[in-house]
Amino acid sequence: MKDYNEEDYLLLSGIQHFNFCRRQWALIHIEQQWEDNVRTIEGDHLHRKADQPALREKRGDKLVVRALPVQSRELGITGICDVVEFIRDPDGVPLAGEEGLYLPFPVEYKRGKPKRNDSDHSQLVAQVMCLEEMLVCDIHKAYFYYDEIKHRVEVVITEADRVRVRASINEMRHYFERNHTPKAKAGPHCLSCSLNNICVPDILNKRSVSSYIESRLNE
Amino acid sequence: MKKLLNTLFVTLPDTYLALDGENIVVKQEEEILARYPLHNLEAVCTFSYAGVSPALMGACASRNVSLTFMTRTGRFLARVIGEDRGNVVLRKEQYRISDNEERSARVARNMITGKLYNNKWILERATRDYALRVDVERLKKVANSLGETMKLLREVEQLDILRGLEGSAAVQYNSVFDDLILQQKESFYFYGRSRRPPLDKVNALLSFAYTLLANDMKSALESVGLDAYVGFLHRDRPGRASLALDMMEELRGVYADRFVLSLINKKVVNDKGFYIKENLAVIMDDDTRKKVLKAWQDRKQDKIMHPYLNEKIPWGLVPYTQALLLARYIRGDLDEYPPFLWK
Ligand code: SF4
Repeated sequence: MKDYNEEDYLLLSGIQHFNFCRRQWALIHIEQQWEDNVRTIEGDHLHRKADQPALREKRGDKLVVRALPVQSRELGITGICDVVEFIRDPDGVPLAGEEGLYLPFPVEYKRGKPKRNDSDHSQLVAQVMCLEEMLVCDIHKAYFYYDEIKHRVEVVITEADRVRVRASINEMRHYFERNHTPKAKAGPHCLSCSLNNICVPDILNKRSVSSYIESRLNE
Repeated sequence: MKKLLNTLFVTLPDTYLALDGENIVVKQEEEILARYPLHNLEAVCTFSYAGVSPALMGACASRNVSLTFMTRTGRFLARVIGEDRGNVVLRKEQYRISDNEERSARVARNMITGKLYNNKWILERATRDYALRVDVERLKKVANSLGETMKLLREVEQLDILRGLEGSAAVQYNSVFDDLILQQKESFYFYGRSRRPPLDKVNALLSFAYTLLANDMKSALESVGLDAYVGFLHRDRPGRASLALDMMEELRGVYADRFVLSLINKKVVNDKGFYIKENLAVIMDDDTRKKVLKAWQDRKQDKIMHPYLNEKIPWGLVPYTQALLLARYIRGDLDEYPPFLWK
C-alpha cells in the first residue's frame, strides 16, 4: 500500500468536480484556475466553523461534530465533512474522550432538493472511506441533508461504490502526477460550468490553427 | 465569453480614491465627487497624483480589478497586482518555451504574421474606402510587399531572422502611415516614430494608445495565469513586460493605430489640444486626454467578429481572448498560436 505525503494529498471535494468533468477538475486542482482557489475556500470554511461553539453537540446517544477534517493515507485525500454523527452502538468503536462505543455517519449538507447526482454520491463515499480508515471501523450508510425540504436521505454505501471511488481517485492521481489537463469533451454540462470561459471547450471543435492561418494568408 | 466591464479613468489631478464598503469613492479635499460600485468595474486607471487608499488597493487586488497608476502625462508608473493565481504548470511551460529559441520563434512568428497581416489590410482598406484621396498605387505596393514577407515568416525558426523581417516590414508600413491621415493634415503628420519623448502630435497620440493597450494586455495575460514579463520575441529585461509587448505586435496597427487615425480623421482631437515642453516633447492637455480616454472606452464596446473563434466579441475583449488562446496553445490544446487576423 502506498502512503502519500501529506503535501500531495488531493482534495476530497475535487471528486465531485472530477465526476462532473475531468477537465474542470484539472483546471481547478492542477492549474488552479479559479477566482478563489479551492484550498482558500476550504480553509475559510474550516476557520469559520471552528469559531462556533456548537462544533460538538451531545444529545443522548448522539454526538454531532461539525466541520470535521478527515483524510485517508491510503487514498491520499483530505477534506472536511460538514457534519459527522456518532451514534452509540455496541458494534461501534471507542472514541477518544468519550465513554462507550460509537459508529460514525457523515451527513453532507446540500442546497435544494434531492436529485440524482453521482458526483455528490462519490464525495460522500470518499468521506466514509476516510472515516473508516481514521477510526478503524466499517460504515454502511451515510446521509444527505437537503436544506430546501429540511429532510435527510439515507445512502447505502456498497463495496461497488468504494471500488468506483478508488478508481476515480487513482485516475485523478495519475493526471495530478503528470500535471496533465485532459482535453475538453464538450457537452451539455458545459452550459452550467463556471469555468466555461477559461476552458473554451468549443476551441477543440474548431479547425486547426495552421489551416486557419494558411487560408487567410492565401486569400 | 467573459464579460467586458467598465474601466474607470480618473483624470482629475488631485483626487484621492478610497474604499467605502463595496464602493470606490472619488474625493477631492474631503468632498466626495463620485462613487462607483466595485463589482461594475474591470479596471481602474488613475492619472491623479493624490493616490489611493491601501484598503482600496487590497479590495481591487482581491476582486481582480486591475489598478494602474499613470503619470499626469500618461506614462505608465505602476500596477497593483493581487496574489498570483498559482498556475505554476502553465507558467513553467511558458518559461520553457521562452528559453528555447526555436519554440519561441514558432510562437513569435505567428504574432508577427498577425501584425503584418493586419497592417496589410489597414492599407488595403484605405485603398478601397478612400480611393479618391490616397495614392492607391503606393499603398498597394507596400501592402503587397507585406503580403510577401508574411509568407516568408511561416518557416522562420530563428528569432534574429524574424526580427529582421519584422523590422523591414515596419519601415515600409511607417513609410506610408502619413498617407492614412486624411484630415487636419497641416497639424497632424507622421515622419517616423519618436518615443521618448514623442516629438509630434501623432507620436504623442500613438504613445498614449500603446500605453493603454499594453496595460490591457498585461492585465489580460495575468488574468489567464501567464507571466506578462517573460516573452518570446522580446527577451527578458528587468521591468519590461516582454510577453505583453509580444502580444501587442499583432494589435498595434489594428487596435491602436486605427484608433489614433480615427481620432484625427474624425476630428475628435485638434491642433490646440497639445503643448510643447522645453525638451520638445509634445504633450496633450487634460481636456484632450479626457476625450481620448472616452473614445478608447467607447471603442472597447464596439463589436467585432473574432476571426478564429467565429464569435462576436467586443474589441475590448480582444486582448483577453488572445491571451486565453495563447494559454491554450502553451498547455497543448491547440496546434499553433492563432493570431488575430483582421480584415
Ligand atoms: S466547459 Fe465543459 S469541458 Fe470545459 S471544464 Fe467546463 S464542463 Fe468541462
